[in-house]
Amino acid sequence: MMLAENVVELTIASQLEFIDLVTTLTDNITRMIGFDEESAYWVNMAVRESVANAVEHGNKYDPQKSVDLRFTVGVDGLRVSIRDHGEGFDPASLPDPLDPDNLLNPAGRGILYMRTFMDNVEYQRHPEGGMVVSMSKRRAPKQPVEEGDQKQDAVGNQRT
Amino acid sequence: MQLEIRERNTGEVVILEMAGKITIGEGSVQLREAVGRLRDNNQIKIVLNLGGVTYVDSSGIGELVSCYTTTKNSGGRLKLLNLPKKIKDLLMITKLLTVFEIYEDEQAALESFQ
Repeated sequence: MMLAENVVELTIASQLEFIDLVTTLTDNITRMIGFDEESAYWVNMAVRESVANAVEHGNKYDPQKSVDLRFTVGVDGLRVSIRDHGEGFDPASLPDPLDPDNLLNPAGRGILYMRTFMDNVEYQRHPEGGMVVSMSKRRAPKQPVEEGDQKQDAVGNQRT
Repeated sequence: MQLEIRERNTGEVVILEMAGKITIGEGSVQLREAVGRLRDNNQIKIVLNLGGVTYVDSSGIGELVSCYTTTKNSGGRLKLLNLPKKIKDLLMITKLLTVFEIYEDEQAALESFQ
């Protein structure tokens, strides 16, 4: 029997090589919760993007700074928090990647993808330094679906 | 190797057949270097066959955009072939589907350069 909530914590060094380790763990957790394949794929990507941001932009690859992850596994879904130990930033100040002037920028799409694939994404400054991004994704209810009643959008979210 | 890239010449057009992951770090760098080498040799009619690509993140999407713009700025053209659905989704979300020329058929991609 699964408890109401289970917590998995992981701390990695600021190296891109560890991202695959994190996403492998993410895949195991989403499989355990029972996410469908499409949702699990996009959750994997949202976690990948947030960890890459923490390593690259937050900790600036400083080997002395860690990235701290916390997965909270509930009966209805998953919450993930990712903390870096960098200087922090204001997410509202970032350029809009959908602005026509920014469409051909080589960077700046990661947070948009995270917001698209997860149900909720929030940024906060940690009181002891660094940024914490908290994301959540609900598991789609397992119930028979009449053909034509529900459709999925490009990233697997249910819409009626 | 995150990404395997096989180069195929068909007349003036070079097709890069790619298989694997285009993600932050190795995969994105491999793509950048492969397209950069072509540009250095003035081979600027390029088709990226993404049919074997299993995963792309925002860094990989950014690298595709960079390759597109640097090739275009060199007077060439870079087109995409056999886009997997998830890459298409990522391009759609970021309004890039209309930026790239995308083909499902290699012959049509090659003829588009004429």
